[in-house]
Amino acid sequence: MASAVESLPVSGNHQPSEVRTCETTSLPVCLTAQQFIRWHAVVAVVFLLIGGIGALLLGLTRWPAVHLLDAQWYYRILTLHGLNMLIFWILSFEIAVLYFAGTVLLNTRLASKKAAWACFVLMVVGGIMVDIAIMNGKSDVLMTSYVPLKASPDFYLGIILVAVGTLIGVINYLATIYIAKRDHTYEGAVPLVVFGATAAAIIAVVTVLHGAVVMIPTFLWSMGWIENVDPAWYRITWWGLGHMSQQVNVCAMVSIWYLLATLTVGAKPLNQAVCRTAFVLYILFINLASAHHLLVDPGVGPGWKIWNTSYAMYLAVLASIIHGFTVPASVEAGMRAKGFTRGLFGWLAAAPWSNPGFSGFFLSLIIFGFGGGITGVVLGTQQINIMAHNTLRIPGHFHVTVVGGTTLAFMALTYYVVPLIFQRDFYAKALCRIQPYVFGGGITLFALGMSFAGSYGVPRRHWDVEFTGSQLAMGFDSGAYTMLGVMGIGALVAVTGLFMFILLVVAAVFVGPKIAGQAMEPWHEERQAPADAAAVDEDEHHTPGTLVLAGVFLLTFAVYYFANWKWLSDVWEVR
Amino acid sequence: MSIYNPPAGWFKAPAGVERLWVGLALTWCIIMSIAMPYWHFYGKQNPTGESYKVSVQEYGQRVAEFVKDNQVGDEGGIPIVEIPPGGDGYLLARMWSFYPIIKLKQGQTYRLHLSSSDLQHGFSLQPLNMNFQVLPGYDHVLTITPTSSGIFPIICNEFCGIGHHAMTGRIIVE
Repeated sequence: MASAVESLPVSGNHQPSEVRTCETTSLPVCLTAQQFIRWHAVVAVVFLLIGGIGALLLGLTRWPAVHLLDAQWYYRILTLHGLNMLIFWILSFEIAVLYFAGTVLLNTRLASKKAAWACFVLMVVGGIMVDIAIMNGKSDVLMTSYVPLKASPDFYLGIILVAVGTLIGVINYLATIYIAKRDHTYEGAVPLVVFGATAAAIIAVVTVLHGAVVMIPTFLWSMGWIENVDPAWYRITWWGLGHMSQQVNVCAMVSIWYLLATLTVGAKPLNQAVCRTAFVLYILFINLASAHHLLVDPGVGPGWKIWNTSYAMYLAVLASIIHGFTVPASVEAGMRAKGFTRGLFGWLAAAPWSNPGFSGFFLSLIIFGFGGGITGVVLGTQQINIMAHNTLRIPGHFHVTVVGGTTLAFMALTYYVVPLIFQRDFYAKALCRIQPYVFGGGITLFALGMSFAGSYGVPRRHWDVEFTGSQLAMGFDSGAYTMLGVMGIGALVAVTGLFMFILLVVAAVFVGPKIAGQAMEPWHEERQAPADAAAVDEDEHHTPGTLVLAGVFLLTFAVYYFANWKWLSDVWEVR
Repeated sequence: MSIYNPPAGWFKAPAGVERLWVGLALTWCIIMSIAMPYWHFYGKQNPTGESYKVSVQEYGQRVAEFVKDNQVGDEGGIPIVEIPPGGDGYLLARMWSFYPIIKLKQGQTYRLHLSSSDLQHGFSLQPLNMNFQVLPGYDHVLTITPTSSGIFPIICNEFCGIGHHAMTGRIIVE
């Protein structure tokens, strides 16, 4: 990272006692931001642990051979798992990422320490309130809390507090960017990672506003002050929160891909205008994705459904397909510039696969693209959704976006956050190096089992595939049981990877060797390019390996897409 | 380098393989955008979301009348009710069963109404794996034509409380 010097700051706006220079990257670190990055990251991992214990119990319950929990506890833990993982873990980590991108990369101080405090306290208090409301047994409503299912008021109030806290954190980030601009702490355009993080922040504001619109009346209803909340209105508004928050995750994840690609292999984006335009497409069009949850709903017509899930929506899909090319192309260009020019994939073979920051990032990219991206677009096709709505195909999809994609990318980044921000070293580095493979492999197996079980019709959020006690008997094909078994084994492997991560991070953060004042030990030795290779690729657009990978992706996408239309043509006619 | 300010002149049109890829991706997105409206006009599976506001009480009366007028049998106390071809049938989703059992003829077209008397439910027809949302206060109308015969279980796939897993129903097609 010697190249840091090339853009070392103008002056910054720090008090001298409020900043340190990173010994590894030479970047200026705002100490207030560092403090809050640490706290949000620690809290994030605590929520991850709660959600992870839930994941283990749920995996062992939906695996029919084990069927661990009883019905009541299954739904209770499912509520807990969803909120802790999808909301509390991810939002807490994202606030940490925003504070990093806003201050360190722009050479500025955090705009407001008081606001950072308010954000932190509200998010923690809100999260604890929700978890208590769930565990005391009065809020078995699952994450979506579809009315007229009713939770206790503190459940909704806790979510509102988390949302308000998040909003304050995001506004603090936007204010930080503003003062950086005002104080001329950097020259030219903001770095790509900051641009992506800002896209995430803008979407987050819109998301939280949807949350307020839906959660405040629902809270009043749970208090008995409002007669009725319309279930169709609730669904359309809640998904403005529920789906859009996933787009915040996508933006944050893609930004982290670019960040890790730079930190690990010195990646070079071919054309930043393309990358940035793709982020702008997310901001403009991604909100329409909430329509995906209403494709077989009453109350909204086919025109609304088709419009919201096709023309404009596919401009957001386009953005993801573009990032799916530009991210690996930036790695290929960076590697080829270092002399790894042999063949189509010499650059990929020579990549630092033993560096968990790199392996986690690249696995996240592959799992998100091939798994989550393709299934997401197909399941979100209006008519095909008939065969997927509320089946296990849906969580099969989002466990490879938000877990195999976002969470794995966050884990990969943590292998740099701990030494650079906590200034502590990891123990058991061999375990760190295999952790992304265990977690990524497990979640992939898990999601495959889930998706195929869903194709057999197995519903999501359902305690018993034997339908014990029903008036009219029902059972599934034996293939469904095989797939649920695959899902259960995948869950065990993924949870193993998750607990490895938590143990490694907790050990490093609380009792790891202190490395303040020294550079972090690199995760991998720089390899020398083969001597016989053509020195350096002159053409910066020469990325044939990425083009082949991307071609395979597009072909896989097309096959899966048209196969689903074929399957659809075999079911009953319906208008 | 993504973490530093880009050098001047970064804003430029895509070139080379990147331009090729953006073109391919855009083409694919356009194909997918056309597929949905194409299927809407030429395909046979297009739920329109036809629906009407209805009170729980009123819908319950329609179900009762429908059962009274069209019952053809009984299974374990649950009426089996045949919808006249081209006619309207009313299915009630409630905690935790679908009422009544519906009987249809292959190749005939029916208007099947779905609503709930309590929470949200999911109408999931197996093993076809056709899934539709059921909301209280909304009469959701599916115009369906069975293209296969046999006994088709209905399961609930929207969480509706502790007995959710035992909520089933049935459609019989002759």
